[in-house]
Amino acid sequence: MSHDHSHDHHHHHDHDGSELSETALRVRALESILTEKGLIDPAALDVMIETYETRIGPRNGARVVAKAWADPAYAERLRRDATAAIAELGYGGRQGEHMVAVWNTPEEHNMVVCTLCSCYPWPVLGLPPVWYKSAPYRSRAVIDPRGVLAEFGVTLPEATRIKVWDSTAEVRYLVIPMRPAGAEGWSEERLADLVTRDSMIGTGLALRPEEVRP
Amino acid sequence: MNGAQDLGGMMGFGPVNPEPNEPPFHGDWEKRALAVTLACGALGEWNLDASRHARETLPPPEYLTSSYYEIWTKGLVKLLAARGLVTPGELEAGRSLAPPRSTAKPPVTADRVAPMLARGGPCDREPAGPARFAVGDRVRTKVMNPTGHTRLPRYARGKAGVVESVHGAFVFPDKNAHGFGENPQWLYGVRFEGAELWGEGADPTVLVSVDCWEPYLEPVA
Repeated sequence: MSHDHSHDHHHHHDHDGSELSETALRVRALESILTEKGLIDPAALDVMIETYETRIGPRNGARVVAKAWADPAYAERLRRDATAAIAELGYGGRQGEHMVAVWNTPEEHNMVVCTLCSCYPWPVLGLPPVWYKSAPYRSRAVIDPRGVLAEFGVTLPEATRIKVWDSTAEVRYLVIPMRPAGAEGWSEERLADLVTRDSMIGTGLALRPEEVRP
Repeated sequence: MNGAQDLGGMMGFGPVNPEPNEPPFHGDWEKRALAVTLACGALGEWNLDASRHARETLPPPEYLTSSYYEIWTKGLVKLLAARGLVTPGELEAGRSLAPPRSTAKPPVTADRVAPMLARGGPCDREPAGPARFAVGDRVRTKVMNPTGHTRLPRYARGKAGVVESVHGAFVFPDKNAHGFGENPQWLYGVRFEGAELWGEGADPTVLVSVDCWEPYLEPVA
């Protein structure tokens, strides 16, 4: 991926490419100095990166949602103690120490933001996307959630309440989207294909069965 | 502090631009920035609240024109300099100019990464006393403008809401960020009506839930 590409998606302001490479050089210098001092171990850094690139991502959360759809007893445990219920599937730890699941219904739609920084439930969703950490989303999610949803292509009925969760503390919220019709009898693994990252943030809905390949 | 990090309700940033099929990182430097930040955090020389404060004390023009990993990197540079772990001179030279000092915790090794991430950093603590509020109580957030770290956003100050959950006692960031200890306080989920937060013209279907520590709240008769 070229710097130009990353530039486009990172800078909504008038930055030039030189500042980006300046930061890249600074990160390299920091890593080199800290390694020289023995304060960090580059091999440990590699493991961290590999973990968040390949092992921890929104498929984890999709499995939680699918199980909640398919298994009423699990859904009940998820309501009572989401941290423990999510741990049953092997997910937990950093940035997911205190989980709460919130359920979408025809009457109420949930949407999650962190207006103050980038708080996000890493163990179930992976690292947050750039837009989640960006000023447009953080500024508007709490004052104009309906407008934000429209930009994601989501239009809710006018009477549907929109509940926005501002993650100001260490509690992390996972939205349980509504289960779409037409997926009766599906296995949990297949149901998980309907659960997008955005549907678990609340900026999307679960896919309909016809939107995924049979 | 009333810094650029406190974005809720601001206007003029334009539309949200989701990137289809966004990769976890944009370029190798972001990967290293994340990992260096996590590895340095593991040295135990500062806590999560202090690292958030290091980021939010960037001057607003700089904060608002930096990408998120740039903000992280700039915050990390400040923390390392303040603790004398990497001096500005070393950063300029690109190499170590003095032997390291010992740190609160040893550097994390590759074999310790998985257990470290799996353990995370739980912030719930034994409460010092009973909770002042219960679910259903009407509360009002304080009007306050602390110069230090706080997690009560400006848009939610001086507003009346209803307690809808009692999360337990949690580390209090306003103290912990500044080295005054964890000072655990009760944490509540407080629900606000859109009209209470935004006044005339607010979408009547909007509710906002903000997690508020007890010192942020006063009872409403």
